[in-house]
Amino acid sequence: MSGVGNRTSNWWTVWGVVILAWAMFPLLWMVSLAFKSPATLRSSAGSFFPSDWTWENFRTVFSDELFTSALRNSFGISILATLISVVIAMFAAYAIARLDFPGKKLLLSMALAIAMFPQAALVGPLFNMWRGLGIYDTWIGLIIPYLTFALPLSIWTMSAFFRQIPWEMEQAAQVDGATPWQAFRRVIIPLAAPGVFTTAILTFFFCWNEFLLAASLTSTNRARTVPAALSFFTGASQFESPVTAVMAASVVVTIPVVILVLVFQRKIVAGLTSGSVKG
Amino acid sequence: MSATTSEPAPPAPVDGDPAPAPPRASQRRRHERTLGLRLSAPAFFVMVLVTAYPIGYAVVLSLYQYRLTDPEGRRFIGLSNYATVLTDPIWWSAVLTTAIITLASVAIELVLGFGFAWVMFRILRGRSIIRTAILVPYGIITVVSAFIWRYAFQLDSGFVNQWFGLDGFNWFGERWSSLVVITLSEIWKTTPFISLLLLAGLVQVSDEMLEAARVDGANGWQRLWKVVIPNMKAAIMVAVLFRTLDAWRIFDNPFIMTSGANGTETLSILTYRQNVTLVNLGAGSAVSVLLFASVVLIAVIFVKGFRTDLSQVRGDS
Repeated sequence: MSGVGNRTSNWWTVWGVVILAWAMFPLLWMVSLAFKSPATLRSSAGSFFPSDWTWENFRTVFSDELFTSALRNSFGISILATLISVVIAMFAAYAIARLDFPGKKLLLSMALAIAMFPQAALVGPLFNMWRGLGIYDTWIGLIIPYLTFALPLSIWTMSAFFRQIPWEMEQAAQVDGATPWQAFRRVIIPLAAPGVFTTAILTFFFCWNEFLLAASLTSTNRARTVPAALSFFTGASQFESPVTAVMAASVVVTIPVVILVLVFQRKIVAGLTSGSVKG
Repeated sequence: MSATTSEPAPPAPVDGDPAPAPPRASQRRRHERTLGLRLSAPAFFVMVLVTAYPIGYAVVLSLYQYRLTDPEGRRFIGLSNYATVLTDPIWWSAVLTTAIITLASVAIELVLGFGFAWVMFRILRGRSIIRTAILVPYGIITVVSAFIWRYAFQLDSGFVNQWFGLDGFNWFGERWSSLVVITLSEIWKTTPFISLLLLAGLVQVSDEMLEAARVDGANGWQRLWKVVIPNMKAAIMVAVLFRTLDAWRIFDNPFIMTSGANGTETLSILTYRQNVTLVNLGAGSAVSVLLFASVVLIAVIFVKGFRTDLSQVRGDS
């Protein structure tokens, strides 16, 4: 490699380290707070790292049913909503990107309207409807609005991906006599997989993050998810600052995020760097 | 569907004559229409089911004086709720707060996100580490991010004042400083969203085109503006449109950090407070409808300004 190439490559590495620090520094702060003692938090304020590390905060949150049930609910609800949403959105995005059919404009307008609609405005009516249907404070009661509100982003993101796929390949298959469905299944799905995986990640994180509806459509440990539970968490007792316990809970719910990111990351890199789209 | 192999699929089986005659072409067209309707029906059905009734309900309620605490006092008052809201300084304060957060965060995120996407695209060593790291802020729960940043600046737990010699400055005691912390958390949390979408667009820009531009003597800056950005317009459009709409409805960060105190109440917090906390459903619904209208306005500006039409697809490239 030439000297110039090496220097350029080193610069990219430097910028990479900057990004790494940017992403990780707040996490370091979270971990540091989680290991501080709640009793000495105030006196040690201003120092970044704990003077003495303690597991006390983790014992506090794991002995709290509010938190442990919220973990369970968050996982179940987010995974189910993501799976359903991505499958539904994939079909719609393909139809939008490729097919000529009546109602396309209506579907796009509908998706746009829902992507834009302030969820705060839906909280009151949904509360009444869900109570009437008996699904208030249940998994399904959150899964339904989650997959709905994830749909527009999934449809838009995937149709943007689908538009950049070399469609001549599909047309070639159709000229060879394949039906649109066969062309979709045999040619497009392998090409579209990277876009679908990226969309699945975005959708999962939307569900995993959602706070407003979770706080409004649940009332007990039956369906309350982590974000809502965290906002209710007050610490071991009213005499102690909840800061360290909230951060311990945050560390716990960030560990699954990191694990999932590692798993999905390989799929994304494989998909985006496979060069499958460059015909 | 979970196939990660990238080899081109084999040609689909031939089911008859290779050159379709006119009657077959129209049959195919009918097949296409049916398939399109079938594929989009589930999405359409779900979206109508969950939103049509609540949206209609909000519009209707906005025309009534109606508090949940006083059901007997419910009566039709036409557009009075809208007049009340639009003449209230609380509404306009929320509009200003939301606009400041939106403009600041989206502008900074777009530049930052493009830089991140570019680095992830170009870096040779540790590429997957960077890509993984950048996904973590995105995956982290917004409420958690809000707590992290709040505790970093908060007087009894934070390190920021110590590090920057701001002895005892209460960041959450004033409007501007609260907005700075809220925007910081927002930027940290959502820049990966933009950079991921931009990266997806970036990898679609063909190396041949870039190489041709380089051979023609275009410098890096020219290649960026004349080749890269025009070729990833769709990705940029989707990223900016959705981030702007998202920021305009910001709720979690200010709710966790200030609960809307000191003039940091955003439009979503105002809507939530009117509907859920005060159960003032009439005026609250008017706020909801106005919030929705403001969002429609933003979207129209974007779509007209960028001239992007997702439905214009076949044969346009």
